[in-house]
Amino acid sequence: MTQATGDQALMVLDGLTKAYPGVIANKDVSFELKRGEVHALLGENGAGKSTLVKTIYGLVKPDSGTMTLAGRPFAPSDPHTARASGIAMVFQHFSLFDALDVAENVALGMENPPPLRDLAQRIRDVSETYGLPLDPTRTVGDLSAGERQRVEIIRCLLQDPSVLIMDEPTSVLTPQEVDILFETLRKLRDEGTAILYISHKLEEIRALCDHATILRLGAVVGTCDPKSTSARDMAEMMVGGSLHVPEREARPAGDMLMQIKGLSVKSPSEFGTSLKDISLEVRAGDVLGIGGVAGNGQDELLAALSGEITAGRGQIFFKDQDIGKLKPDARRGLGLCAAPEERMGHAAAPDMSLVENAALTARKRKNLTRKGFLDWRGARSFADEIIKRFDVRTPGSGNAARSLSGGNLQKFVIGREILQDPQVLIVNQPTWGVDAAAAASIRQALLDLAAKGAAIIVISQDLDELMEISDSFAALNEGRLSAPRPTLGLTVEDIGLMLGGAHDMEVAHVD
Amino acid sequence: MLSLEKRPQPSRTWTLASPIVAVLLTMIAGAGLFAALGQDPIEALTKIFYEPLFGEFSFFYLPQLLIKGAPLVAIALGLSIGFRAGIWNIGAEGQYIIGALCGAGVALALYPSEARWLVFPAMLLAGALGGFAWAMIPGLLRVRFGTNEILVSLMLVYVAEQLLASMALGLMRNPDGQGFPGSRNMARMDAATSWIDQSNGMHWGVVIALIGVIFVYVLFAKHILGFQIKLAGQAPRAAAFSGVNPARLVLFCLGASGALAGLAGLTEVAGPSGIVSIDFNVGYGFTAIIVAFLGRLHPVGILLAGTLMALTYIGGDVAQSSLGLPGAAIQVFQGMLLFFLLAVDVLTNYRVRLRERGAA
Repeated sequence: MTQATGDQALMVLDGLTKAYPGVIANKDVSFELKRGEVHALLGENGAGKSTLVKTIYGLVKPDSGTMTLAGRPFAPSDPHTARASGIAMVFQHFSLFDALDVAENVALGMENPPPLRDLAQRIRDVSETYGLPLDPTRTVGDLSAGERQRVEIIRCLLQDPSVLIMDEPTSVLTPQEVDILFETLRKLRDEGTAILYISHKLEEIRALCDHATILRLGAVVGTCDPKSTSARDMAEMMVGGSLHVPEREARPAGDMLMQIKGLSVKSPSEFGTSLKDISLEVRAGDVLGIGGVAGNGQDELLAALSGEITAGRGQIFFKDQDIGKLKPDARRGLGLCAAPEERMGHAAAPDMSLVENAALTARKRKNLTRKGFLDWRGARSFADEIIKRFDVRTPGSGNAARSLSGGNLQKFVIGREILQDPQVLIVNQPTWGVDAAAAASIRQALLDLAAKGAAIIVISQDLDELMEISDSFAALNEGRLSAPRPTLGLTVEDIGLMLGGAHDMEVAHVD
Repeated sequence: MLSLEKRPQPSRTWTLASPIVAVLLTMIAGAGLFAALGQDPIEALTKIFYEPLFGEFSFFYLPQLLIKGAPLVAIALGLSIGFRAGIWNIGAEGQYIIGALCGAGVALALYPSEARWLVFPAMLLAGALGGFAWAMIPGLLRVRFGTNEILVSLMLVYVAEQLLASMALGLMRNPDGQGFPGSRNMARMDAATSWIDQSNGMHWGVVIALIGVIFVYVLFAKHILGFQIKLAGQAPRAAAFSGVNPARLVLFCLGASGALAGLAGLTEVAGPSGIVSIDFNVGYGFTAIIVAFLGRLHPVGILLAGTLMALTYIGGDVAQSSLGLPGAAIQVFQGMLLFFLLAVDVLTNYRVRLRERGAA
């Protein structure tokens, strides 16, 4: 056990606060990090984990609060100072040069790199000591994600850190690579290194960590010993007990609009999450809320439904018609519209005018082309209609999309889809980064559309939002969708378990 | 300290002004260059820009403007279609050569037929198809195997040059030419010539370039395909979301630019050049890249830019013969034009701000 060396706190964080315009990223955060412990920092996306570790690593200056390291005040002005004080960090996304070999990459990240030959030997030594197989002469471009991570870890270990920060290290690893990583981290812990481990995967934290600090909305909401706390309790702390589940009247079931049966698609992106055996159905008037932490297949699900990724036969049905192979425009023609999360560059083209952006998706349903020629007058009046009906603040529809604020562009994007009168609408993060008033009006517009008999699928990380507007709720976890359940009667514990992937928690190995 | 600040949206003024500013800066820097070469800069610039248009021998130079400008405009128009979509056809020179060879092949095969109604349209078709097919090589390779169209199209230029040499020395050599390399002169065949009025430089290449300007203008201003091309170039993910088929777009852009380059090659070989010779190509396909950007990838801009670039060619010849300026100086001059254009271009999307030192 770790108590032998761990009584003295190595690093103490006291009342750290950091506010960005419109959002408090960290609110009076305090905790202690001891020598020889793996300390988990647990929380949903946007809970403030990243800001906190960036503060420790010298990338963010806190507005108030203090840190001490080994009894001395610690206020790094930049990562260089932090590294010199013994802080090392392995980022979620790697910063490596593909064309260089391992030793050269390691040398580039060091303050005072030794000659390459010595360095190669030291890399071999470290990789043997910690059970991280890695050949210093291999070209990084040929390495797997797990091996690349080893390069980053070894780069950190060569600096002999007293605190090692790992930001979501397992998100890119295979299960075998995770096992190797955990062995290494345990070894480091036993040698007295303090490890700050950021994750939202409960099983992992229970398997690895000695102590957990749970953040929600920027503040510490609890601490626990993950080995003796159930996943259910941790999930509940992470989600918070403040959710209010509205009363909703039962409503007769509408006509079946869309059915998804065993949808599995591979993610087009290397870091993406493939969808595995997803099934759901929506009827006229339904609002289905899909929760889950970002990166669990949300983007892929939207793309598979919008038609950007096509699916196999027999997986997606629109009113009994198999639409899995149809492209986006054909699906829109049937009445299936979508609004992706990323506004700039995905839902809208930043450098194009709002008129052009209106034509981007509305061409089919608004009859904006005649024999291949665009009806710009029609597109302009449609853009003007969106601007008017959804209160988009802009001097005019001739302005470029990028000149709009995030909230206004979001209103435009959502308005564009709603005003096409879709029968099924899929939206991802409809109110992300949008001020409260605009968010409320977007939610109301979605509810109005559902009241007119459309089915709506809302993918969001904002649970309050999902509880407010959806009739049923499901959670995405590592590309799998839990069985949808009626929002009515759902408890916070239920939601926490669905979010944490607890529908298959029984098989997770916890030692 | 100067700093650049991104504009909320591209400045309309600077979009129009930046080519003009670039031309002016090129003239200033060019004047410096000529002065460094020991020439009177004012005189050199006059020779290049004034003499061909308004000088004593303008009756000779003005037709040259059409002859040199037409292929530049036609090729640049084709390139602009792909460039807007982020598809970089660098091998227009090769498509130009193959178009010329295919068209010439038809003309020479049908010689001595005098049926112009048959021969010339067949040549146009062959020229366009030749350029199209040559551009399809990088196109299909990219779509099928994900190869880089820049490298493939560029390397195919050198293949085309070898083919040209082989044709000029072998298959297409004039049987009545006493063994000299080069084909029969198509400009002198009534059925095959692309000249309309040789005395003032009018040939079918000019007509094609002008029709091309209108065609490309309509494509981008009114047609869904033009919209999708722009969209794919500016925001590929939004294009996919909108339902653009990227493979089809790649093939269309490369095919259209190949066909236009092929037509330019065909009208050149059957008119101003007349014969298939080893050194038939003079780099129009590469200069057209500059023309396309100088014209802001806009068809009307390309028409103006092509004319300007043709002027520097002719003016360069004038300066070379009358002042003894080296030919390379003119190439440097043309290169500077693109350089300054790209530099000034920053101002369309960014504004320059004066900031106090030390402010973060």
